[in-house]
This record gives sequence, C-alpha cells and structure tokens, in this order.
Amino acid sequence: MFDQAESFVTADGRTIGSVMMEMKNITLRFGGVVAIKDISFDVREGEIRAIIGPNGAGKSSMLNVISGFYHPQEGEVWYKGARRPEMKPFEVARQGIARTFQNIALFEGMSVLDNVMTGRLNHMKSGILSQAIWYGKAEREETENRAVVERVIDFLEIQHIRKTPVSRLPYGLKKRVELARALAADPKLLLLDEPMAGMNVEEKEDMSRFILDVNDEFGTTIVLIEHDMGVVMDLSDRVVVMDYGKKIGDGPPDEVRNNQAVIDAYLGVAHD
Amino acid sequence: MTATDSADLVSIPALLTRNAREFGDKAAYREKEFGIWQSWTWVEAVEQVEALALGLLSLGAEKGDHVAIAGRNRPYLYWAMLAAQSIGAVPVPIYQDAVGDEIAYVLDHCNARFIVAGDQEQVDKILDIRDSLKNLQTIIYLDPRGLRKYDHSILKQYQSLQEEGRAARGDLGDELAKRQAAQTYDDTCVMLYTSGTTGRPKGVVLSNRNVIETSKNSSQFDDLGPGEEVLAYLPMAWVGDYTFSMGQALWTGFCVNCPESAETMMTDLREIGPTYYFAPPRVFENQLTNVMIRMEDAGRLKKWMFDKAMAHAKRVGPALLSGASVGFLDRVKYFLGDIFIYGPLKNTLGLSRVRIGYTAGEAIGPELFDFYRSLGINLKQLYGQTEATVYVTIQPDGQVRADTVGVPAPGVEVRIGDNGEIYYRSPGVFVEYYNNPESTASTKDAEGWVATGDAGFFEEDTGHLRIIDRAKDVGKMADGRLFAPKYVENKLKFYPNILEAVVFGNDRDYCTAFVNIDLNAVGNWAERNNIAYGGYQELSQHPQVLDMIKAHIEETNQSIAQDPMLSGCQVRRFLVLHKELDADDGEMTRTRKVRRRTVEDKFDDLIAGLYGGALFVETTTEVTYEDGRKGSISAKLELRDAALAAEQQMAAQ
Repeated sequence: MFDQAESFVTADGRTIGSVMMEMKNITLRFGGVVAIKDISFDVREGEIRAIIGPNGAGKSSMLNVISGFYHPQEGEVWYKGARRPEMKPFEVARQGIARTFQNIALFEGMSVLDNVMTGRLNHMKSGILSQAIWYGKAEREETENRAVVERVIDFLEIQHIRKTPVSRLPYGLKKRVELARALAADPKLLLLDEPMAGMNVEEKEDMSRFILDVNDEFGTTIVLIEHDMGVVMDLSDRVVVMDYGKKIGDGPPDEVRNNQAVIDAYLGVAHD
Repeated sequence: MTATDSADLVSIPALLTRNAREFGDKAAYREKEFGIWQSWTWVEAVEQVEALALGLLSLGAEKGDHVAIAGRNRPYLYWAMLAAQSIGAVPVPIYQDAVGDEIAYVLDHCNARFIVAGDQEQVDKILDIRDSLKNLQTIIYLDPRGLRKYDHSILKQYQSLQEEGRAARGDLGDELAKRQAAQTYDDTCVMLYTSGTTGRPKGVVLSNRNVIETSKNSSQFDDLGPGEEVLAYLPMAWVGDYTFSMGQALWTGFCVNCPESAETMMTDLREIGPTYYFAPPRVFENQLTNVMIRMEDAGRLKKWMFDKAMAHAKRVGPALLSGASVGFLDRVKYFLGDIFIYGPLKNTLGLSRVRIGYTAGEAIGPELFDFYRSLGINLKQLYGQTEATVYVTIQPDGQVRADTVGVPAPGVEVRIGDNGEIYYRSPGVFVEYYNNPESTASTKDAEGWVATGDAGFFEEDTGHLRIIDRAKDVGKMADGRLFAPKYVENKLKFYPNILEAVVFGNDRDYCTAFVNIDLNAVGNWAERNNIAYGGYQELSQHPQVLDMIKAHIEETNQSIAQDPMLSGCQVRRFLVLHKELDADDGEMTRTRKVRRRTVEDKFDDLIAGLYGGALFVETTTEVTYEDGRKGSISAKLELRDAALAAEQQMAAQ
C-alpha cells in the first residue's frame, strides 16, 4: 500500500503525498531513563498518522520531540526535505506545526474567542505600540485574523459558546476549543495528544468527524495519539506502535492489528 | 414607504421583483455567519435568485417539477424556493430533522426531481435512500464541508450552479422571463407536507392566490410594514414559516433574519430584536423556565425586587396592554417596574422591540400567557392550519385572552358543524392534497368549506372561538359522559413540571394518564432539594416526583370538576413514563404533537396495568437514536392513584 511512489490516492479517495517529516533513529533520555529508543518513522503529506501504545510507552515524548519541546540526544528530525536544527517550540510553531495537549491547556478565564485568537499569534506582525492604540496595521491585522478565527469557529461548530469563558465549558467542548486554537494557527502539521480521552461515545464520534473533516477540508497532515482502538483503526492511514520506548509495529491499521508483538504489548506479556 | 398594490403581482417572484424596484437597497435578508450579520438587499436577493433559477434551467428543470428543500433556515434556501417558483417549478420544503423513512416517503410521493440540501447531514440522508427515488436528478448542496470526496455524478454545489446559471444568462435569460411571465394567480405556489398526526403526511398544495391573499389580509390586520424585523428559526417546512418568512415578508417587504445555528438562536434573537415574532408555546415556556431558574439563584435583593415587580405587573400589565383604565398610582408603579425589571428582562429575552407576537400550534397556559403580556409584550393567539394557509381565527389587539383563539381572520368564514366540528372557508383554502383526491374530497366540500378536525364553539357574548379538542379524539366514556383528552392534557401541561401528558378513557369507566416530566424544571427542583439522579428514567420514578405529579393531577381534577360538561374526564390513575415521547420513535410528529394511537399501541401493557389495578408494571421499550440505530430500555414503573374531586362531580350530575 505505501510504497516509494511520490503520491497516490487511497481507497476512500484521499490523496497521500510525499514524505513530509522523517524521524531518523531518535533516542531520548531523561538521565538514566530511556524514553525513546532508536525510533524511525515518517509522516506523509495529507495522511492521518496514529501513534499508539500502552501507558508509558513514550508516545507523548515522541510528540514533544516533533513539536520541539524535547530535544533528542541522538537521531535527526527531517522536516520538508531538510534536517531540522535544534529549535525552540515557538520556532517549530512558525514552521507550521501546531498541537493540542493531553491535559487541556487553555486560558480558563478568557473567552473561547480570545483563546482561539491566541492561535493566530504567530501571524501578527504589528508592534506593541500600534497594537496598544489599535491603529493602522494592528487594526487591519486583527480584522484579518478574526476572519480566520471565525471560519475555524464555524467549522468546529462552536458559535454558541464564542463569548463564553472557557472555565464554564464542559470537558468535551474544551477539547474542541483546543483543537480550534491549534487550527487557527493554520498548521501544515497538526499534533493531537489524546484528543478523545475522557469523552463519551457521542463526543468521540463528533471529534472523529471533525478530525476527518480538518484533514479533508484543509489538507492538514495529522499525527495523533489515541487509546481508543476503534477510533484509531477508523481514522488513521498508518499506525506506529510503541512499547517501552521502542517501535514494535508500523503500517496500515489492519496490518498492525494482526501484528503479534502489538497484541502481546496490549494483552500484557512478560518483558525480558 | 409602503408596498403598492398592483394587478400583476400574481406570483411570489413577481413580489420579489417589485420589492427590488421599490425598496432597492434596503436589507431583505440577513444571516449571522462568521460572527457577523451578513446582509443582502432586495436587489442583491434578486440577483441571487436569478442566478440559481438560470442554473436550474440549465439542468433542464421543467414547469411543475418538484424541488425539495432540506436544511435549517438560511437565506440561500429561501432563495432556492424563490428560484424554483421563478421557473414554474414547485418548492417542497421538508423537515430538516426528519429521519430517512419520512424523507423517503415525502420525496417519493412528490417525485422530487431536484433537492436543495443544506449540508452533508441532509445529503447523507438522501443518498441513503437514493435507490428508491426514481425521478431524482440532482442534489444541490450548500455547505461543501465534508462533501468534497463524494461521488459528484448527482451532486452539485449551490454556488457553482449559480455560476453556471450566470454564464448561461445569454442563452436562458429569455426562457426565464417567459416562464415568469406565464405565471397565473392560480398556479401552484408551494407544496407543504402536513406533519401527519395520524397516518402518512399529506402534500398540501397552495396556490399563489392562497399565499398572496392571505399575506395581504394578515399584513393589513396587524399593520405590518417594510420596517418589521423577523427571526426565521422555525422549520421551513412548516406553513407558518412559509407564510411569515416568505408570504408576508415579500408582500410587505420586511427583513428576514436567519440565526447562526440552532444553538445560538437566543443570542441572535437578542441581537436582532424582532418587531414581529412568532413562537410556539414550547419556546415561550422554555424562556420562562430559564428566567425562573436564574431568579432562584439570584441574590436576595434582586429576587425581592423581581417578585414585587412581577406581582404588580400581573395585576395591571395585561390591562395596560389592552388599553383598559388603570389608576394613576398603578401606572407610576408600573413605569418604575419597567425601568428596573420589565425593560431589562425583555431585553434579555430579546423581546424589547416586539410590537406583535403570536403563539399557536398548541394551547398556551394562562400563567405563561399572562407572564409575557404583563411585561408589556403584545402576545396574541391565532388558530390555523396548513390547509388554510395558516389563518382561521386571530385575536385582535385589545381582545386577547388565554382561553380563546380569537375571531375569524379577515376574509375567513367560520361555522360550527352539528357534531361541534369547526369548518372554515377563505381565500387561503388549499387547492388539494397532492395525488390524493379521496382525502381532498373528505376534507373540503364542493362549496369550499374545510373541516378542521377540531371541535369547538363560539362564546356567545364575545364571539371568540374556543377549541375543545380534536373532533375525532372527543369520545364518550362508558357511562356516556363526554371524553375530551386534549382538554385535560393541556391543563396538565400548564404545570412547568409536566412536559407532556396523554390521557386515556374513551369507552372506559374512568380516565388514566401518562405523564412526561420536564427534565429541566424537575431536574432543577431535584438539584435544589439534594435529590440525586442519573437521568430522565431514574428521576421520573422518584417517589417525591410521583408525589409532585400526583398533587398536580389532583389540582387539575378539582378544576375539571368545575365544568359540568367535562367532569367525567378527571384522572383516576396515572404513571410517569420512563422515556420522553419522541418524534424519532414516531410517538410524536415533527411539530411535537402526540400521536395518540401510536402511544396507545406501543404502551398497551402500561394501559392494561392502569385499568387492571396493578401497582407496578415492568416494561421494555424500543427506542430509535438520532442516527437511526435502535436500542431498548426497560424499567419498572409505579402506577399511582389520584383523588377525584367527587363533590363537584356529584353536583354536576
């Protein structure tokens, strides 16, 4: 299914492009603890790539490596055909990578609209002074950015809570607001850390729909970590399976599902 | 600036052209999108409608074709109806929340050739039943989201069809003008399906004459002008929305505002501040419940002011509104109340600017009705039907009461049949039920009188019509006394804690009732009284809730006993249902009217229990989820007795 061809169309009519990001032999250590051990995989343009694995497998660490929050001791990150030097997270964000967090990280006292507007931060170029007096370029910029944000709000169907402070929202909606903020940054690559954790079936279905629509509508490449196997199998084009910091499987969902190492990791087999 | 009369205004598109000429760049349509009210002038609306009409012509649409419209209220969908009418096709709006089966029936029955769908959800529903739609040629969809990868052999995007239409103006412009010129006053204007309280929905065919004459009469009655603002939020498939947002809007040239989404309706209402507003009792009830719940949580001073001011409003508000004489001191007090309480409250409800408000569809509780009137909102009742292009009777300003539905509307004749059934004749009387001559013949006689199916009588002193019940639901008890279930159900439903009630008793010795509690109101009560519950089912069977409902029923029995004619309808036994009656399960129509027979069949075990004297009944019920999947819930229901108001009953006999 995934050969060396530059780009191709999947069975359900989605176009998967060439390699966008490549992780080469990544090893990440915290002191003596090895969180990620010599892992390589790639992400292709336009695909939905899932990372799965039991608790403590190193999934979130891997996402933090991609987002530039952690710097691996060994290995290389290649992005858009070039090796990425060690970067700060905001520099990574400027490259078009946005993320959501496993534990919601929104500004609780601010309205949904203001929270989503913060996602446009990297797109605002006017100085502090002109922003303070809201004149000229600042005014124009805010209008442009608000238009982008409103489109995202419309897309994720959160118009009814536009002016509501985030602290008053239920959990499922907060998750959606977080996705909205990430989308407002107009990312090329979107990292979702357990977007459906703690949701009920209906909320999960909604969120799955939104993820598929984002991928479909904006052509955004998505890397997601998820525990719900049903969701992963339905959504993703390819799956990386991690266990104890190692990669134990990589391929289309059907293939991974039948992989013995993966079954063992999930059902629990003694490790040596 | 008022709309002028003219002999060539024989179709809805002709009204559109006139409005563009007379009102030009005045706002005709608004819709909130991307957080801003986007607006279109009459001139812009004409351009949009023409482009789509030309697009439909380029697809080969013929005169008389049916164009179905499915989606929430949006200017684009109103234009789709206008575009269809411009080319002599017939728009058929369908309920956007209808499930596959219901849509399949309607689309198949009207043999729709084109469908304009609002979004992916609607498209999916239609694609699911595509095989059964022989005549379907193209689905025109509005919101492209999620539809990009669909097979486009029968799909077309709305705006791209408009582009094709604009490009083909040279070739098809003449044809469009010819089709428009060929329209007559008696051509079909629109086809609206009844919600089908009993049996399958019927397609009510309304002519240009029906719609335009009715709009003209009703606009004059309430002095509607081009300056009115309305919020279009009720289902487009419902005759009321068609009359208010299309007929009257185009006749008088007022602006139609569409909310951003169903969830934002209350916010949008506040932002628009309509001057002419329609809502079924349910919406007014929800608004009142929300206010009351919030006042329960308010500080002591605010609560005191609210109670004080509302008590005064209740005393003098309705009188002030009807123009009756009120003492000077009371006027001053009311004025102060208006500054501190009524004004801000109306503003919060979005009703500050309402000049004329209507409620219809169901009986409205006197408490509820008086609440709004006492605030100074001119809320009135009307009684109508799809077959009458809405209006049968209507309440004139100054003669407004909760328990009547007013006098015959302008141009309408009303008479009461021997069996108590209400008949009417008017310029708004429908042409026919589509492809259903038997039903047409049994509803409308040769002289044009239409049977409403409702029983009622005119009050002798005021000339106002009072409705008792559906004529076919009115029956006899085993001892021969009159049985009018709706009369009792309405009394029960006036309690905020009771959402829905179904009363049985035809050919029986006594009456029994099913009750649905209002989860909002009862849930709030439970919260304040530290009663834990896991959901509707658990709360509905809570002993204290049953006590509460029992008290309501006994109070209702007292009041029923006052009426000698209906005192046999007191409820002796009742239960609180373990599920809410739902349109998805077929227990209600899409306009939320109970389907009595379905409920009777579905819960026959419960009815047997009520009449058999059982104290508990275990039951399992099949439920349908919104996406069409089925599941089941089981519960053990407690059946209770309620005391009858025996004294008055004896006296009445």
